[in-house]
Amino acid sequence: MSQRVLIADDEPNIVVSLEFMMKRAGYEVLVARDGLQALDMIRRERPRLVLLDGMMPGLSGFEVCEAVRADDALADTKIVMLTAKGRDTDVARGVGAGADAYVVKPFSTRDLVDMVRDMLA
Amino acid sequence: MTIDRRLIVAAAGPAVALAAWVAGGAAVLLATLGPNRAAALRAAWAPVLATHGMVLFAWWLVAAVLAAWLGHRLYRRHVVAPAMLLDATRILVENPDAPDVPPHGAPMVRALAHEINNLAEHRRTLNANMAQLVDQASRSVAEQRDQLAALMTELDHAVVVCNLEGRILLYNSRARALCARLSPAPVGGAAGATSGGADRIGLGRPITGVVDPAAITHALDTVRGRLARGVDPSAAVAQVVTTTEAGHLLQVRLAPVRSADAGGGDRADSPADENAGLTGYVLLLDDITVDQHVHLQRDQALLQMTENGRACAATMQAALDMLDLPDLEPADRDRFLAVVRDEVTRMRDRLAAIADSSVLDVAARWPLQDMLGSDLIAAIVQHLGRVTGTPITTLPGDGDLWLRIDSFSLIKAFETLAQRLRSLTHDPVLWIRLSRNVTRAHLDLGWTPRSDAAPIAPQALTAMQLDPIQSTGAGGQLSVRDVVERHGGEMWIERGRGESQPFFRILLPLAAVEVDGPALATGSRPEFYDFDLFAARPDSVGDDRPLADLSFTVFDCETTGLDPAGGDEIIQIGAVRVVNGRVLRGDTMDQLIDPCRSIPEAGIPIHHIHPEMVRGKPTIAQVLPVFHRFAADSVLVGHNVAFDMRFLRLKEAATGLRFDHPVLDTLLLSSIVHPAEDHHGLEAIAERLGIAIGGRHTALGDALATADVFVRLLPLLAKQGIVTLGQARTASSRSQFARLKY
Repeated sequence: MSQRVLIADDEPNIVVSLEFMMKRAGYEVLVARDGLQALDMIRRERPRLVLLDGMMPGLSGFEVCEAVRADDALADTKIVMLTAKGRDTDVARGVGAGADAYVVKPFSTRDLVDMVRDMLA
Repeated sequence: MTIDRRLIVAAAGPAVALAAWVAGGAAVLLATLGPNRAAALRAAWAPVLATHGMVLFAWWLVAAVLAAWLGHRLYRRHVVAPAMLLDATRILVENPDAPDVPPHGAPMVRALAHEINNLAEHRRTLNANMAQLVDQASRSVAEQRDQLAALMTELDHAVVVCNLEGRILLYNSRARALCARLSPAPVGGAAGATSGGADRIGLGRPITGVVDPAAITHALDTVRGRLARGVDPSAAVAQVVTTTEAGHLLQVRLAPVRSADAGGGDRADSPADENAGLTGYVLLLDDITVDQHVHLQRDQALLQMTENGRACAATMQAALDMLDLPDLEPADRDRFLAVVRDEVTRMRDRLAAIADSSVLDVAARWPLQDMLGSDLIAAIVQHLGRVTGTPITTLPGDGDLWLRIDSFSLIKAFETLAQRLRSLTHDPVLWIRLSRNVTRAHLDLGWTPRSDAAPIAPQALTAMQLDPIQSTGAGGQLSVRDVVERHGGEMWIERGRGESQPFFRILLPLAAVEVDGPALATGSRPEFYDFDLFAARPDSVGDDRPLADLSFTVFDCETTGLDPAGGDEIIQIGAVRVVNGRVLRGDTMDQLIDPCRSIPEAGIPIHHIHPEMVRGKPTIAQVLPVFHRFAADSVLVGHNVAFDMRFLRLKEAATGLRFDHPVLDTLLLSSIVHPAEDHHGLEAIAERLGIAIGGRHTALGDALATADVFVRLLPLLAKQGIVTLGQARTASSRSQFARLKY
């Protein structure tokens, strides 16, 4: 059975590519359009890994990350922050909030796929 | 003429004494002879005395006259002359300019008079020298003070000097303008600021009305701490940023003022003195609200631009990576191409939005100053005329624009352009024009060539914008274009349609606030300083305080009529502060008030206030809080003030403001000083006191006249022993005119 990956981003244009890429890499892909929806789907669908955008309406990616880490039931959910917020302070906050990886946009899709594969191995 | 009794005694005394002595001798002789021999002697002498007694008497008389003459002479020499000397000396002691002591009498007395005259002369010389020194010193002090005041007025910063109690000793017009902006509710708004900040800033007022007390305390503590650590006083400056009631960000720099004898040596001796010789402090105030806002906006825009750019790049790269896949379905391929196109469009829109905003404006990179457009044009015309000899005409435009510029480099840039133009075409006539663009100003420079002149090549016009400006000193190799760009402006060659000549158009920034400055003109030498306030004094206005120590608010109201209870309203309030016996002509309030009712025709010839003048002005409910602040901690003074107080007291319930200040009335004070006079009208009093008053029957004009009268009455009251507020109030209430209770 293929592993579930959640893509949470409010930008449809990047979701198109990420979704295509992840499906092509053999994962089952879920998509959330904002932070609240993302948290809801993480709780309901239990994806193995979440690609989380930093800035989203509702809850920001950072807040979603904090909420997931506050919930022991979701402890084994891997979180990759995928965001345009690239200042040192932003990275520190993302890692501090409990992200397993912090990727600053723009990024190489191939590297991202490799990273996701390693994390789910 | 009175006869000196001592002179009579001196003259007649010796003769009488001689007669008594002889008579006594005879009596003693007769007594010792025994009765028989005495009777024989008397019998022998009696016939001789009867016939030749006259001889004896004449002999005595001669002696008497001689003795009288001698006595008189001695008396004059040894009694009268010293007495006269004494009197003359006493006069001389009292009045150094009295005539010299006349030399009379005995040689010793004459010599004494001479020496006294020498002493007096000595004293006169000494006094004259002293007076000259004092005069010189006070003139130099006055000069320095005037220079300081002038310097402060010219300063680009808002400066306030306070004593340790936080009372304002000195401030400049910038500080006043700053306070006018800080007022939380600008009464009247565009209709005109009520007091120009005078309700907050003023001599003797607490600085805490302007700056948060906690900020001052903190800054003072910091400075004291630094001084205690031995930091040089000149470096012991504290800086704090505080917010005001109206939400302004205020940057406050506090520098200590130390008494002259507190420097250096005795610092170690008195570690217990926590003030370390501090007598006050200087505050430099900057309203950084706008700067801060601009910075913040720019930072945010920059951050947003970066993040949007990253997101956009990420989206496009991801889509392009997908497009690179060799086995892509045509439908997917179209999808990813659409993504890329969409992202490019969005990026373009975002860039356009940023360009349209003011974030990219170059602000505050170069010290720019506000300058009136017509002043700049006048300066350019004058400079070009002098330096290049080029005739230059000014075309009609908007000379009343306020520009934010560095006038020096701009004028130099124009000089360069003018000289290049002259070298390219023979004897042109230049013209200059300033006009308003939407958010900026256009400053145009054009030329009219002689009819036979060939047109200037376009490349030459472009090139001269980049040529270095001559001799700007340290500025070095700046071009005209550099100067313009330093202003955050632009320049280009504007070509009208048809045959018209091209001209240079320069886009310049406008000043943030166009009406700054002229509205603040407060006369040539405004009373913005009072160093006497360095002497500390308590806060409260109490009955036992000397009048000389109090601050007063002298005010007057114009009203629609005489009956406040019957609906008459205040239509104008004028007030001026009096501190340390000085009328502070720069510290006034002058406000028209919309009475929200009609103004009876009957009153207009008196106060000259027509209904259209008060329309749209603030109402009494807006003005009274300002006046209340203006009059805080002071004694209210007015002429026949009971009338004005009735109007104020009637508004207490509506505004919640209590006008419970102590009150003095110049009418009553005048009746105390001149009880015999019948007339105590303002004009009558002023005439009696020798004061010329002008501008009557505007509220401020009357307030100023009343203040002048009041200041002259104070010393006259002091002569009657009325020196404290309580004494003045008691005397007022006993006055024959004090029938009215406030």
